[in-house]
Amino acid sequence: MGDRLLEVRNLKTYFYIKEGELRAVDELSYTVNKGQFVSLVGESACGKSVSALSIMRLIPYPPGVIVGGEIIFDDKDLLSLSEEEMRSIRGNRIAMIFQEPMTSLNPVLTVGRQISEALEIHRGMSNQDAMQEAAKLLKLVGIPDAERRVGEYPYQFSGGMQQRIMIAMAISCRPALLIADEPTTSVDVTVQAQLMELINNLRQEFGTSVILITHNLGLVARYADHVNVMYAGRLVESGSLDVIYSEPSHPYTMGLIASVPRLDLERAQSLHVIPGLPPDLTRLPKNICAFAARCKFALGECIKARPELEQVGDNHLVACFRHSEMKALAEVEK
Amino acid sequence: MKTDGDLIQVRELVKYFPVLAGVLKRKVADIKAVDGVSFDIRNGETLGLVGESGCGKTTVGRCILRLYDITSGQILFEKTGITNLKGEQLRRMRRDMQLIFQDPYASLDPRMTAGDIICEPLLVHNMVKGKEYRAKVAELMKMVELEPRMEDRCPHEFSGGQRQRIGIARALATRPKFIVCDEPVSALDVSIQSQIISLLMRLRQELALTYLFIAHDLSVVRHISDRVAVMYLGKIMEITDSDELYAHPLHPYTRALLSAVPIPDPKIDRERKRILLSGDVPSPLLPPPGCRFHTRCWMAKDICKESLPELRNVGSSHWVACHLV
Repeated sequence: MGDRLLEVRNLKTYFYIKEGELRAVDELSYTVNKGQFVSLVGESACGKSVSALSIMRLIPYPPGVIVGGEIIFDDKDLLSLSEEEMRSIRGNRIAMIFQEPMTSLNPVLTVGRQISEALEIHRGMSNQDAMQEAAKLLKLVGIPDAERRVGEYPYQFSGGMQQRIMIAMAISCRPALLIADEPTTSVDVTVQAQLMELINNLRQEFGTSVILITHNLGLVARYADHVNVMYAGRLVESGSLDVIYSEPSHPYTMGLIASVPRLDLERAQSLHVIPGLPPDLTRLPKNICAFAARCKFALGECIKARPELEQVGDNHLVACFRHSEMKALAEVEK
Repeated sequence: MKTDGDLIQVRELVKYFPVLAGVLKRKVADIKAVDGVSFDIRNGETLGLVGESGCGKTTVGRCILRLYDITSGQILFEKTGITNLKGEQLRRMRRDMQLIFQDPYASLDPRMTAGDIICEPLLVHNMVKGKEYRAKVAELMKMVELEPRMEDRCPHEFSGGQRQRIGIARALATRPKFIVCDEPVSALDVSIQSQIISLLMRLRQELALTYLFIAHDLSVVRHISDRVAVMYLGKIMEITDSDELYAHPLHPYTRALLSAVPIPDPKIDRERKRILLSGDVPSPLLPPPGCRFHTRCWMAKDICKESLPELRNVGSSHWVACHLV
C-alpha cells in the first residue's frame, strides 16, 4: 500500500444528447494504490460505470466525450495515449469484468478461445500454449474438469460459471488493475459470496488493485479498503471503510446505509427512506448541491452554491455544507 | 398446523414441466419445479418465500394464482378448493388474487398510458362504469403516491420506482385480498427499494392485505415478512416465524444462505462466521436422491443420500426438513 497505481484527476465525461449536455461524470478525482480494494458506490446513473469506462477509454463517441481531466496510470496519462498504445494496456495492464456475463461473452466462440485471445495478443503466446494457459486459468477460478470444458461454449455454463469465465479472462494477463462493474448483480447470494471470495483471493495472490463498482453496501463493507460515494456524477464522500460506515458525514451516504434492512439488528418497524428520485442530469443547475432536493437537512445555502469536497479527517473527504453538524443531526433523528 | 384464519392452504403441491423432444414432441423428462410443497398463509400475514434462482419459488406463486395448471396437490383459498375452478368461477376468484411482477420495465405495456394500465383489470372484470373511470384512476394513483396528473403518460416516461408503483396500483385495482409479490424490489436501486418496501407495508396495513413475498434478498424478506419459508430445488427446507428463522436457523441451507448475506457494517461483518457453499444448484431435471441439498451440504451423512427428510415440527411452529436437526 501507499504506492500510487492510478490517479483520476478532475475527470469530466459528458454526453451530448438531444436533451442537451449530460454531465455523466463531473470533476471526479480519486486514487487507487497498489493492491488496494477501492469501491465506487452509488445508484444507477450516478456515473460510476461511465467513470470506469472512461479509464478503459471505452466511452462511445458520439455521444460521449471525455472533455477534461487526466487519468494517470503507471505515470502515463491514459487520455493522451494513441488508440494503439491504449490497446496494449486494455485487457493487459487494466482489465474489466462486466455486469452481465451472458451478454459480454461471445456465444459463437469457445470459452477457451475467448480467454486465449488476450494471451496471444498481449503475451505473444502460440495458439496451443494459450489454450493450455486458458485451461489453467479456468482451474484457477474454480471450474471443475477445466481441460475438457475449455472447448465448450458459454451457453453450456451456468450464470455463476460464466462470471468465473469473465474473471479468468480478466486476470489472464495478470493485470495491475481489475475493474469489476457490478460483477454479482445477476447471481444468487451463495454464488455472489463465491465470486467475491474468488476476486479477493486473486487480489491477494497477485497483488492486483481492484475497483469494485456496486450499489450493494454489504459487499463494500466486506471487501473494500476505501469507499468513494458518487451522486449525480460527482464524488460526495470518500474515506476509508471504517470511517465511511462509522462516521458517514454526507447525508446521502447516511441515507444509503440506513436504507438497507439489516440481518444483525432487531427488526425495525419502518425502514429509513430517502425520498424522491435522483435528479435529471440534463436539467440539473450547476451551482446547487445535487442532493439538496432529497436531503432533509438542506438549508437555503444548499441551493445557492455547490459544496466542494473538503478534507474533514485523515483520508476523509466530504462535499456538504453541513458536514460538521451531521453527527449531531443524525443523533437527533434517532 | 392451525387452520383458523388461513386464507391460503397449499397441500402437497406438485408442478412438473414436461420436456418435449423429437419430431413428435414426445415427453422425455420432467422438470420438477415444485415437488410436494405444503404451507398455509394466514389472513393478514406476509409469508416470505426465499431461495436461489430455479428453486421453484416463482412457480409456487403462479400455481396459487392458477396461472399454471398444477400437476397434483390441492390449493384452498378461503377454505374452497381452487384447483378445479373454471370459466366464470375462476374469473371471479381472480379479482381476489393479484400479482406484482419483478421487472417494472417488462411488465407494463409500453403503448398504454399509466391510467389505462392501472384500470385495465377493472374493465376486464366489469367493475367500473364510464363516469367513475377517471376518479378511480386518480384514487389508485394517490394510493401508491403517484401524481394523478401523470395518468396520460406512457411507461417510458416514468422511472423504475414509479413504474413499480404503477404495477402495484394495477394489482390493487380490483381490491384483492391476496397479492403475490414476485421479487418486487430486486430490479430497483437501494434508495428506491426502501421506498417501495415501505409502500407495500403501509398498503398491507390500510387495506388488510395478505402477501406472499417472493425474493432472494434475505434481509428484505426478513423486514417485511411475518413468517418465512426457505425453498431449495422444489422442496421447502424450513418454515417458521421471521424472527425465529433469523435468530435460530436450523437447516444447514438456511444457515449458509444467511451467512452469505454481507452486513453493511464492516466491524460486525468481520466477526461473523461464514459458510461458503461450493458449486451450483443441481438441475431440477434430475434432482439428487435423498435430501435435495446433500450434494452441497458440508454436514451430509450417508442417510442424507438415501432418504428424503420430511418437513417436521421441531417446536413452536418451527418446521424443518433435515435428518440432522
